[in-house]
Amino acid sequence: MALETTEIQEKLIETFGSKVKQFSQEKDIFTLEADSDIITAVILFLKNDPTLRFHFLTDLCGIHYPDNEEDRQFAVVYHLHNWYEMKRIRIKSFLNGSKPEIKSVTNIFTGANWMERETYDFFGINFIGHPQLKRILNMDEMVSFPMRKEFPMEDSGRTDKDDRYFGRTPSNC
Amino acid sequence: MSDSKIKIVAPPEGVTGEGFFATKLNDVVGLARANSLWPLPFATSCCGIEFMATMASHYDLARFGSERVSFSPRQADMLLVMGTISKKMAPILRQVYEQMAEPKWVISVGACACSGGIFDTYSVLQGIDKVIPVDVYVPGCPPRPEQIVEGVMKLQELVKNESVRRRSSPEYKELLASYNIQ
Repeated sequence: MALETTEIQEKLIETFGSKVKQFSQEKDIFTLEADSDIITAVILFLKNDPTLRFHFLTDLCGIHYPDNEEDRQFAVVYHLHNWYEMKRIRIKSFLNGSKPEIKSVTNIFTGANWMERETYDFFGINFIGHPQLKRILNMDEMVSFPMRKEFPMEDSGRTDKDDRYFGRTPSNC
Repeated sequence: MSDSKIKIVAPPEGVTGEGFFATKLNDVVGLARANSLWPLPFATSCCGIEFMATMASHYDLARFGSERVSFSPRQADMLLVMGTISKKMAPILRQVYEQMAEPKWVISVGACACSGGIFDTYSVLQGIDKVIPVDVYVPGCPPRPEQIVEGVMKLQELVKNESVRRRSSPEYKELLASYNIQ
């Protein structure tokens, strides 16, 4: 029998109560929101429960929502996959804007190591308990986190890429 | 053998007589250097594919004395940087340049190597002349093999006319110092 989303939802609510919420079906992925302090417990539960069996971490990434209230300015998104039932699930966890930190899931999924490093690299989200949380794609000397929305799209100090040289005026670009 | 149409580089200006030819050392050295530029390809993306065509039989950069592509910087004269250089790659490019023996020349091939090209972003070096001195810029995205050959020919002109003393001149040392290269 196929794994129903209602079953997943009931099991999660039974175990975690009101700390898991906002259940919805986004396109064909069942999505929920989990509080950041229980994220490792939720993922471990989804992995080890004999009927849920979400054994595979497809992806882990960050999102920046600068317009949200202080406590919900960053999100970490986990995508898990149940290969037996071919079912996917997405878990979002919101973090504080001035101090974004969340527990690492590297103990549960070793593959999360580089994904968490990448998320740290681009968003500056601190993964507590990560064995080697340093930049992975950008150069080590970089001080900013380029995927944050306040990071400028173009370097404003440039002098050689003056719009006037390319026939652009404020009205046509 | 005698009917083959082999083109030979013209001799430099000088005085010819019976059994002797007198010219400037500068010109002879320049001629020799210009016609035996060993390229070191530093290819990171699509411009590198164009370079492969440039080296292959149809365009045949070997006609210009660049027969042997050197994959060791220590035995190369001409560094060809082809493709997007990310900021993370910049110290490696610099190290390759530093490992080359003098005299050495650099051709920057393609928009990305010359100016960062379309990649006006935090991760891409905005032109390799930010980290190493460049002699010839070849524009294009990517440039055609003809353009790369043109760039090599421009460099040959520079090499021919370069003074043998240039590399020990204070101006050259100042240039390297401005890039923090020993």
